[in-house]
Amino acid sequence: MNTAAPVPAPASLADSALPAGGIFAALRWSLVRDLKVAMRSRSELGVQLLFYIIVVSLFPLASNPERTLLAAIGPGVLWVAALLASLLSLPRLFAGDYGDGTLEQIALSPHPLEALVSGKILAHWLTAGLPVTLLAPLLGIQYAMDGESLAVLAAALLIGTPILSLLGGIGAALTLGLRGGGSLLALLILPLYVPVLIFGAGAVEAVRAGLGATANLSLLGAGLLVAMVGAPFAAAAAVRIALD
Amino acid sequence: MEFLAMGGYGYYVWGSYGMTALVLALELVSLRARRGRAVAHLRAGGLDHPAAPLAEVLR
Amino acid sequence: MAASNKYKLSSPAAFYPVAGRMIPWFGASAAVLAAIGLWIGLWLAPTDFAQGDAYRIIFIHVPAAWMSMFIYLVMAFWSALGLGFNTRLSAMMAQSLAPTGALMTLIALFTGSLWGRPTWGTYWAWDARMTSELILLFLYLGIIALRNAIDDPRRADRACAVLSLVGAINVPIIYFSVRWWNTLHQGSSVSLSAAPRMAAVMLAGMLILAFAAWFYTIAVALCRVRVIMLERESGSGWVSELFALNIVHLKKA
Repeated sequence: MNTAAPVPAPASLADSALPAGGIFAALRWSLVRDLKVAMRSRSELGVQLLFYIIVVSLFPLASNPERTLLAAIGPGVLWVAALLASLLSLPRLFAGDYGDGTLEQIALSPHPLEALVSGKILAHWLTAGLPVTLLAPLLGIQYAMDGESLAVLAAALLIGTPILSLLGGIGAALTLGLRGGGSLLALLILPLYVPVLIFGAGAVEAVRAGLGATANLSLLGAGLLVAMVGAPFAAAAAVRIALD
Repeated sequence: MEFLAMGGYGYYVWGSYGMTALVLALELVSLRARRGRAVAHLRAGGLDHPAAPLAEVLR
Repeated sequence: MAASNKYKLSSPAAFYPVAGRMIPWFGASAAVLAAIGLWIGLWLAPTDFAQGDAYRIIFIHVPAAWMSMFIYLVMAFWSALGLGFNTRLSAMMAQSLAPTGALMTLIALFTGSLWGRPTWGTYWAWDARMTSELILLFLYLGIIALRNAIDDPRRADRACAVLSLVGAINVPIIYFSVRWWNTLHQGSSVSLSAAPRMAAVMLAGMLILAFAAWFYTIAVALCRVRVIMLERESGSGWVSELFALNIVHLKKA
């Protein structure tokens, strides 16, 4: 790696030069850049959403379209599918930039890598987690869920899917450039997703049981705070390890 | 005989103990084989070709 | 042992022979303790009046479950040390503990399920402890798989260290979440009060077997770390020196 000689920037970097300012400028820069890159491959985003819809639609066919059963398994199915959709879209978080050498330049920039990685993770959530969250209530109707359940489901996904992107960022960085990356990523990350799944699906379950979703949603919120503080550091460390 | 029957729970008790013994034995055997491979590799000069099987050199 | 010696020990070359001298002691202690513990557990301890002889499974189940969690903690500790101080030996220790940890988890799951069948009437219950143990097994397997997927050992060390530490933070959260989930679904929860009241002799047997498992783990981990050193440091001077000496020994014998 030669830092002294000016390296011609790849096309994707040339879009917007790295800003001079502090942490938030860096975060904003990588967020905007990744959103632009994502918008260039809109069809890929569409396919990932279709994957979510199809997985959700398979469960009634595999079990039983009876309404009470559907309402009972609905929250779990929608959450498991959200986990899988997040997992499916994780490789594009770093892999493209890793492949064309942009990631190395980003890591060499004077800006804190943690902020740049946070921007990428936020962009990932906006293009993967948020669409799933918005779509879920619609799919929930297919599962005969009532209005309150649908609202709680959307709230839980809104708090929970950012955690998926944050934890997934660590796994995506750890598996950069490795053989069998996709299934390895699943093995590394899905066990870490378990608490999110439990509290997320549990929130809707609690409403159905008449307990109220506050406890579950607060626990998810606490998890989100912890992940927001810790995960960028772990993901940035993992990026540095992969680039060494 | 009564000892082996374990009050009718022989299948579960001996299944547990037997499986544990088996798994631990497998770990030891595979560790020994791994050590043999490493030693053979070193004896072959650390080159990347399979060396002739070798008795335990290092005890 | 003086502090300066301890510092020197952190190099593989110095640790290799020391580990070699320690292995027989730990191995022999493990064997003796296991023999005593098995004799107490299978022979001396009286039949439990509620569970019959099926309870004798917990003499290996509980030590294995303890070790599965304890090894993860030790592994995370070595990982943190290796990541913080960039020491090769700590990373090798972490690497050598992972397979034994996974094995202990597997034993805990298997024996737990064989204990559950006569006691709870089912091989598998989505009980909080069993579920957490299953996820712990996945964590171990993930770390081992990540190690195997990376060719450069130094990158593998650091990547596995990050994963182990993230997992270590997650393990309590996972356990808490699974318990939370378990209490919500009363139907599938199984009370652990089915476990027998511990008579002194039972407790003694279990503790002795726990120590046996502990010493076994130390012995195997030291054995494995020596093999890892041979695999990874094959190019370095001390390994070739070691081999030159041993070949001379072999010829004399």
